[in-house]
Amino acid sequence: MTLPDLATGSLLAVGGVFFLGGTVGLLRFPDAHSRLHAVTKADNLGLGLVVGGLILQADTPSLAAKLLLIWILVLLASGTSAYLIASEVLSPHDAPDGRSGDDQPGA
Amino acid sequence: MSQFLLYSLASIGLTCIGSYHLIVQPHLVRKVLALNVTSSGIFLLLVAVARRNEHEFPDPVPHAVVLTGIVVAVSVTALALGIVRRMPSGSADEPVDEEETE
Amino acid sequence: MISLALDLSLAALTLWVAWRALSHRDLFVGVVLYIIFGLLLSLVWVRLGAGDIALAEAAIGAGLTGALLLDAASRRSRRPRDGATAKPDPAPRRGVRVPLSQSAGIALLVSTLAGILTLVVSGIDGSPARGLTRDVTDRLAESGIVQPVTAVLVIFRGYDTLLEVGVLFLAALGMLASRRMRDLSPVARATKEDPVLDGLVRVLLPALVLTSAHLLLVGTHRPGGGFQAGAILAAALVLLLLAGHRSVSAIQGAWLRFALLSGFLTFLAVAAGPMLTGDRLLELPVVLSSRFILVVEAAIALATGVTLASLFAGARPLPSSGPGRNNAFPAATDEP
Repeated sequence: MTLPDLATGSLLAVGGVFFLGGTVGLLRFPDAHSRLHAVTKADNLGLGLVVGGLILQADTPSLAAKLLLIWILVLLASGTSAYLIASEVLSPHDAPDGRSGDDQPGA
Repeated sequence: MSQFLLYSLASIGLTCIGSYHLIVQPHLVRKVLALNVTSSGIFLLLVAVARRNEHEFPDPVPHAVVLTGIVVAVSVTALALGIVRRMPSGSADEPVDEEETE
Repeated sequence: MISLALDLSLAALTLWVAWRALSHRDLFVGVVLYIIFGLLLSLVWVRLGAGDIALAEAAIGAGLTGALLLDAASRRSRRPRDGATAKPDPAPRRGVRVPLSQSAGIALLVSTLAGILTLVVSGIDGSPARGLTRDVTDRLAESGIVQPVTAVLVIFRGYDTLLEVGVLFLAALGMLASRRMRDLSPVARATKEDPVLDGLVRVLLPALVLTSAHLLLVGTHRPGGGFQAGAILAAALVLLLLAGHRSVSAIQGAWLRFALLSGFLTFLAVAAGPMLTGDRLLELPVVLSSRFILVVEAAIALATGVTLASLFAGARPLPSSGPGRNNAFPAATDEP
């Protein structure tokens, strides 16, 4: 196994670990906000590692650029989705961890 | 076991799962869901058949047919959901033989 | 060995997710599982060497169908009935109960279906002489297209594709007629404005249009083509709709009808054109076909994109009541 192959394998494996962690967080965290946090952060980092591993295997620069573009687009889309979900969930009656609703961000 | 054999068996399972729920589920939106799963099962059968000879390229004619099928399936789903919405609130929401339990 | 294990686990996972999607108590969860099923199916298509289908399944099968079903699943639980508070999905708690008298009949039906399919599968042999692969690849040069699936879709089985574009058109017509919509704007105004979503649209929209054009142009050499390009275009329009962008209301009245019609009419013109010079339907002269291919593919893409987007728009809920109600169609009978 050559060095790029080894690096790709380990990057993919570590990325998989992050995905696993994000999913465990999604299943086990108590409320919507912490779940969003886990899924968005861990999964995107995992995807970045996977994409990095695949870029090492790319034949042409354009293929590597496309892979990078995938990661950037997923970052944008998942960040926006997390924000939209959070702003739907965050209502005047709701607060993370059951604290009072005084410290809400401006609507 | 070749890919053809494995995926055609899976397609039989998928089609049966879909058609069982299509018959049995009273809720109309769930029926649309089951219809989609059934069509996916048949598409899987077609694409598996396209791969029956592993040494050649996959047969492009079933692929074209499945592509057509996917587009037709989404049209059918959209129209079906539009019709389900227009029905009086009883039939779209409540199962046929069950009262509102909430 | 490893590829067999991969295929086996992929197939098993796909079946399991499909079962859970259909049998889950909560309809919303079922729809989410269906979207996951769609993405798993795209992976299966890749494993079976069907790149074009994988693209279409991910965009149309999982994406657009999932969006349609999500709308259908969430709307009902929000809709109040006779002034009562909104009720959750009234699915039976213990799963669907099948009366004993019917279960035998259902089992018979399903096992007959399984038996027929098994007969079909067992009767298929893989000898090259019995398939159409050789026929298609031998005549690929005639068609002017390198990618076999696109060649089959546009040239060899162009009649099927013509009818398919016709089906799309009919579906859009049915949706527009049942909602009495003259344009897409009443639906667009139903969503609220949001700066973050607007920013995302600003970035994604050019990327989507570029990707659609890329898939259209590359379709003759690699997986891609008119339908995939149309699906991405539909995604761009749906994104505009969901973001409540004002530009969507520009597609109205005659323009909407023209956009919906143009794909089907262009294809019909290209197909029927040879009949004017004495040839038969769809018998395109070989030397001109490469230019026509691009026109036909572009027509397919436009038709698919606008039609799928208006199908999505037609299935959305309208503002239920109150000051937000618009007067686009005064006799809206949506909320009983």
